[in-house]
Amino acid sequence: MTKYIRRAAALCALLLIALLANAARIQVIQAKRYDDSSANRRPAIARWSQPRGNITVDGRPVTGSNDTGEQLRYERTYTDGPLYAPVTGFASQVYGTTFLEHTEDSLLDGSDPLLSFLPLWNDLTRDQNAGGEVVTTIDAAAQRAAYEGLGARRGAVAALEPGTGRILALVSTPSYDPGELSGNGRAVERAWARLNSDAARPMLNRAARQTYPPGSTFKVVTTAAALDNGVLTDLDKPTRSPAPYRLPGTTTSLANEVEGCADASLRYAFTWSCNTVFAKLGVDVGLGAMTNTARAFGFNDSGLRIPYAVATSSFDTDMDKAQLALSSIGQYDTRATPLQMALVTAAVANGGSVQQPYLVERTATKAGRTVAARGPRTLRRAMNPATAMRLRELMRDVVEKGTGTRAAIPDATVGGKTGTAQHGIGNSGIPYAWFIGWAQSDRAMEPQVAVAVVVENADVKRGDISGGGDAAPVAKGVMEAVLKAAG
Amino acid sequence: MTTKAGTTLAADPSDPSPPATRLPRRRGVEFTLIVVAVLLSVYGYCAVGLARTGTVPPGAADYGAGLGILALLAHLAVRWRAPYGDPLLLPIAVLLNGLGLVLIHRLDLETPGDPAAPAQLNWSTLGVALFIAVVVLLRDHRALQAYAYVSGAGALALLALPILFPPVNGARIWMRMDGFSIQPGEFAKVLLAVFFASYLAANRTALAYSGRQIWRFRRLQLPTGRVLGPIVAIWLLSVGVLVLERDLGTSLLFFGLFVILLYVATGRTGWIAVGLLLACVGAFAVGTLEPHVHSRVEDWLHPFASIEAGDGPNQLAQSLFAFAAGGVLGTGLGLGHSILIGFAAKSDFILATAGEELGLAGLSAIFLLYALVVERGYRAGLALRDPFGRLLAIGLASIVALQVFVIAGGVTGLIPLTGMAMPFLAQGGSSVVTNWIIVALLMRLSDSARRPHDNRYDGPAEGLA
Repeated sequence: MTKYIRRAAALCALLLIALLANAARIQVIQAKRYDDSSANRRPAIARWSQPRGNITVDGRPVTGSNDTGEQLRYERTYTDGPLYAPVTGFASQVYGTTFLEHTEDSLLDGSDPLLSFLPLWNDLTRDQNAGGEVVTTIDAAAQRAAYEGLGARRGAVAALEPGTGRILALVSTPSYDPGELSGNGRAVERAWARLNSDAARPMLNRAARQTYPPGSTFKVVTTAAALDNGVLTDLDKPTRSPAPYRLPGTTTSLANEVEGCADASLRYAFTWSCNTVFAKLGVDVGLGAMTNTARAFGFNDSGLRIPYAVATSSFDTDMDKAQLALSSIGQYDTRATPLQMALVTAAVANGGSVQQPYLVERTATKAGRTVAARGPRTLRRAMNPATAMRLRELMRDVVEKGTGTRAAIPDATVGGKTGTAQHGIGNSGIPYAWFIGWAQSDRAMEPQVAVAVVVENADVKRGDISGGGDAAPVAKGVMEAVLKAAG
Repeated sequence: MTTKAGTTLAADPSDPSPPATRLPRRRGVEFTLIVVAVLLSVYGYCAVGLARTGTVPPGAADYGAGLGILALLAHLAVRWRAPYGDPLLLPIAVLLNGLGLVLIHRLDLETPGDPAAPAQLNWSTLGVALFIAVVVLLRDHRALQAYAYVSGAGALALLALPILFPPVNGARIWMRMDGFSIQPGEFAKVLLAVFFASYLAANRTALAYSGRQIWRFRRLQLPTGRVLGPIVAIWLLSVGVLVLERDLGTSLLFFGLFVILLYVATGRTGWIAVGLLLACVGAFAVGTLEPHVHSRVEDWLHPFASIEAGDGPNQLAQSLFAFAAGGVLGTGLGLGHSILIGFAAKSDFILATAGEELGLAGLSAIFLLYALVVERGYRAGLALRDPFGRLLAIGLASIVALQVFVIAGGVTGLIPLTGMAMPFLAQGGSSVVTNWIIVALLMRLSDSARRPHDNRYDGPAEGLA
């Protein structure tokens, strides 16, 4: 009997070994697979178990966290949700995160290892760092001026500091309150459905995620290409351009909205926005040079991150001359985000070099220790400094005596360019009103702000040069706000 | 497990040499270990409080005192009536029970409207009382042999009782009366072990050496129907009742117990083969015909099927998530989220809480504690000299081993999940009481085994080992 008892004992030992081995399999070897399962609520519980770090503007948080006492304990709150929505995005317990809430997520929720004082310390102790802080480059006054300037109209504003690429304002209207999506209840579901089905598309980030035909504002790029490539040398010499201009190889002729464009000088054409001159100029520069310059300004660059991805602005690279002519005045397939047009303006204001635009000044731990900081970085050279100088001069003329007089600011130099973009089938839509511009206070050494404004449903009669009427005052408000803050 | 103990005599009847010295009783060791067990439980209780509120919970002293007094009373009973009893059994039972109370209390924090720890504490008290009663009143385990058929009939009656009551969660294993419910099947385990042990002890020789040979193969000798009849009848009846009640875990347990005891009693490998064959046939038949069981098997094969189907994780998947979240060292008591498992978190899935909050380290420690209980039972079985005692010790130890394997294997996805209570840890009054009785019986058996034998041996000569 003893022998059989020992054998039975050996069987029990086998059972024990099987249990231990299996426990090790589940808890160690396969643990990662289970931890990462989409159905496992633990990551979400851990993620929302502490207040999320804040996103700050001008040193003040524009976000917060609300203790709900539920399983997912803290919900995101926003102080000025609609105003900063294109910057912060939302952080929803159900629908994920977008924009800064998305790109800085690991820092905000405390999981970024850089927040730890010692590397790997938390892996050992299973502690969670408090959520870090994201300090943005946004200028609250500029942001508010842009938002209030657009008012009830649909549109977007992007403003940069030309010398550094810091994004000072990023506004899209109509907007929404991201706080409505923070939680996980029925109300959140309803808000999500409502916001997504809203015809006005309040969740669309028009400043960085939507492209528009840039219309006449693109003439800045065409001018830069012409000057850089020596197609034109004298701003005041009459160009040989007919008005109306028959598009090469077609019977379609292009007209102007102002008088005196036939053989007009570049200065006159720029100041009064002559389509014929620039369409022909684009053709004269040629497709290769035009696409090169457009690319140098940032068109066709799908890799732009601010840190979240920006919609790609496009300039067609394969066109016939007629299409090139239309593309050169910002029509046909040319499309740009407001942020891209702000970059074009900033390049002019910054002597021709394009600075990488960025929204995050630095990130810090809750206690204030800097985790990462970033400074200006030059992306590309869009044009020669001399060309930039001459373009500045041209843009100044627009504001001083041309289509953009409504953007003028006392005690400051302001340059700009208006635009009206046709769109829709057979150009049936209400044209988009554009204004891009930069401003430099008389006390400053260099331009302090570059801005692009687009108004979708501009309240105008067709044919008005509405960029000057609708968009320029908004741009003026933003630029004034920046100059005032700079003293 | 098979090492020769230094403190016991190798109980080889062919060498009946009297002990040279008085055997150590080891009661002081037991007392020290009980103190450690109580302190560990109180420490766990404090750890939960500290993790949740940052303060030592106010009930810690009361809890420690209550558990300590219970353990001390049991210890005194052992000192008085079972002085040679194994010194490890009682401390391990106290520690497992104390830890179980801590885990249940910890899960009660997540379900404020439905506390289970107070009731569990009452049942534990009753369990310890019965432990004391068994140790004090049962002076010699061989007295149980007289009640073999009574035990068998009693076991069947207990198993049949819940059929008269409405089912709970698909299983008819509860009797509900005035707000509290008991699972008679739990008590039936002990009675059945007594019955099997005494019946096999009486009919060992007949079972091993009578009957026809099959294929002239010595190993596969089937005994005559006269010998086999009663035992198979009892076993079939018990399993039949269980199938009716949908309590697969217990059915598996009885089956395993039966096969192990039969093998130990007769040494016929053929029994194992026949048993395994029967098990496979039965499992296959039940697994395909019975939807409740079939779904369990499906869950075991594809624990994530419900997730892929978009219905969210089922209980087994949640259990695996909990174990995985624990990792090697665990989240710490009170800091896990095993409550996500849902309604059975305190009973069938209590091990998931241990796995998540104590980690692989804690889980392995718990498994080893159970293994020690089993090992001590087997050691007593080896040391005893009467066949009934030997078989009873093996049977009781095997009950613990099989129970732990079936439920722990089930919640960790090793085998299909069958509802069963983890001994001492899980919420369930009947289970705690039964396991205390099992420990009491093992205590009595080990006391007999380690006692210096003063011509107490009066069983038939052992010629099989």
